[in-house]
Amino acid sequence: MGSITLEKVSKSFGTTSVIPEIDLEINDGEFVVFVGPSGCGKSTLLRMIAGLEDLSGGRIIIDGKDMSSEAPAKRGLSMVFQSYALYPHMTVYGNIAFPLKMDGQEKSAIDKKVKDAAHILNLTNYLDRRPGQLSGGQRQRVAIGRAIVRQPKAFLFDEPLSNLDAALRGNMRLEISDLHHQLKTTMIYVTHDQVEAMTMADKIVVLNAGRIEQVGSPMELYRSPKNVFVAGFIGSPRMNLIEGAEAAKHNATTLGVRPEHIRISATEGAWTGKVGVTEHLGSDTFIHTQVDGIGQVTVRTDGDFDTKHGQPIFLTPDPARLHRFGADGQVI
Amino acid sequence: MATLQTRATARIMMSPAVILLFLWMIVPLVMTLYFSFLRYNLLMPGTEEYIGFLNYQYFLTDPAFFTALANTLILVGGTLLITVIGGILLALVLDQPFFGQGIVRLLVIAPFFVMPTVSALVWKNMLMHPVNGLFAWIARLFGFQPIDWFAQMPLFSIILIVAWQWLPFATLILLTALQSLDGEQKEAAEMDGAGAISRFIYLVLPHLSRAITVVILIQTIFLLSVFAEILVTTNGGPGIQTTNITYLIYMQALLQFDVGGASAGGIVAVVLANIVAFFLIRLIGKNLER
Ligand SMILES: Nc1ncnc2c1ncn2[C@@H]1O[C@H](COP(=O)(O)OP(=O)(O)OP(=O)(O)O)[C@@H](O)[C@H]1O
Ligand SMILES: [Mg+2]
Repeated sequence: MGSITLEKVSKSFGTTSVIPEIDLEINDGEFVVFVGPSGCGKSTLLRMIAGLEDLSGGRIIIDGKDMSSEAPAKRGLSMVFQSYALYPHMTVYGNIAFPLKMDGQEKSAIDKKVKDAAHILNLTNYLDRRPGQLSGGQRQRVAIGRAIVRQPKAFLFDEPLSNLDAALRGNMRLEISDLHHQLKTTMIYVTHDQVEAMTMADKIVVLNAGRIEQVGSPMELYRSPKNVFVAGFIGSPRMNLIEGAEAAKHNATTLGVRPEHIRISATEGAWTGKVGVTEHLGSDTFIHTQVDGIGQVTVRTDGDFDTKHGQPIFLTPDPARLHRFGADGQVI
Repeated sequence: MATLQTRATARIMMSPAVILLFLWMIVPLVMTLYFSFLRYNLLMPGTEEYIGFLNYQYFLTDPAFFTALANTLILVGGTLLITVIGGILLALVLDQPFFGQGIVRLLVIAPFFVMPTVSALVWKNMLMHPVNGLFAWIARLFGFQPIDWFAQMPLFSIILIVAWQWLPFATLILLTALQSLDGEQKEAAEMDGAGAISRFIYLVLPHLSRAITVVILIQTIFLLSVFAEILVTTNGGPGIQTTNITYLIYMQALLQFDVGGASAGGIVAVVLANIVAFFLIRLIGKNLER
């Protein structure tokens, strides 16, 4: 129905290699998130799957069929673009109906499908508006509506929420997850926001400079990152990565400990330091401390913890949740 | 210009320019109006007198007037048709990446910098000439009888020349519009299963509609008063087959020395231009709002 396999897929623009070589298996009905820093090749990879970008090497297999050089429309995939890419001179109805019209379907069938999609996405009242007369979130939903009417084998999203404000982003995140549960269609979602990745994905693919660093469920990546890059990328606030003498004590080049796995106390602990900036989020408090002989360490504690700038403080990392990385950056 | 204060200031600041422009327009217009009610022939100086609407009556009942009117409309319409369609096609081609793009773009724009008289002379003597012209040479090469352009299809020849001059303008405007079309929209349409022709009809053409409107409006204004090309090539002939309103007025004023009659013709031309503009704005000007 919607399984996608990448075999030794590579891409270079001229002489610069953007994606050296990638193998990846995406199962039917999975919600897969590609995450990674800006410029690591997420969009390029997605566009190659969509057929908007030629492969430099390798094969893309969709539902057991080699689709590497098939035209985008023939692959049976739908894409939601970052800029929404709605057709500005068509109404919302026209936009959603467009793929069906291009498919040569009957007017009555089109009408039913468009109305259904509009109903699912709460767009029924906006069907005869133009995209210019909609809010960002509504435009986003129209773009999703245009994608779902075709009943594709898989949806491709390229940073669909990055143009929205924080509150709306939270809402749309839920709506897209909801949609995935309703439709049970494979979804590939590109983002550089690790919160989106953690909250939505069945499977996260962490990319760095065109290479896959690790593939796994959100909690797998959180609990046992394979290398320093994944450790630093997944989780918010970032994992503390400590080098030098303290790391050597644990027979590692880099020692990783998450802010939520450090106990903080005003009276006693393994490390001593001074409080720097404190960020109160209400539910949580992030305390940035300067630890003697280690440097900057961020600690996450409950909302009521009170500190003053410059106050001496004691920290104790949870020994069971330390991550040790070797000289090559891989976990030991 | 949001508040009352800024609007008032803006009006005051604009007024010198507006007043100057208004005077610039109104003085010649009023003088023309004044002359159009006089018997005023340069061959009979000193006999100027008020004759009411007689000049208008002569001008409007002259059978040449209707021919000239039809010629004007055909000239404008034909040129618009060629430049808009040709401009869209050229813009589509120039929008593709190909080797030597910069040079080709420059060449396409070049005709716009050639003076109308010069280009008309070039067309007349080097391209369309029945004996020495390039077209005649090509026709003979294939064993055809060369066409005597200005004798056999004079108005069409003029349309060709004028269209050649205005094609770069249309191409340029349409090309910039084409380049502003969002790439992701094209890709979205591609994924939605739209082929090249569907993409052109549903995406490119609506996107270009505004630019096409601008091209039509601006070109119409200039094409209503085409003159140099006619003067240089056909002198309005054969007969009056290529005489447009502008040329008719010129004949009245400078060949028959009838300033009064020419002024009446000028006023008629102004009224006609306004009628055309009115219908154009009604018809397609809606595209500009939005
Ligand atoms: N058409 C192109 N020609 C040359 N290089 C390109 C082209 N498109 C992308 N690149 C390069 O490929 C790399 C990956 O680009 P890509 O757009 O996939 O990044 P991304 O991971 O989506 O980043 P972002 O999160 O900023 O969107 C970048 O270094 C970029 O400069
Ligand atoms: Mg991107």
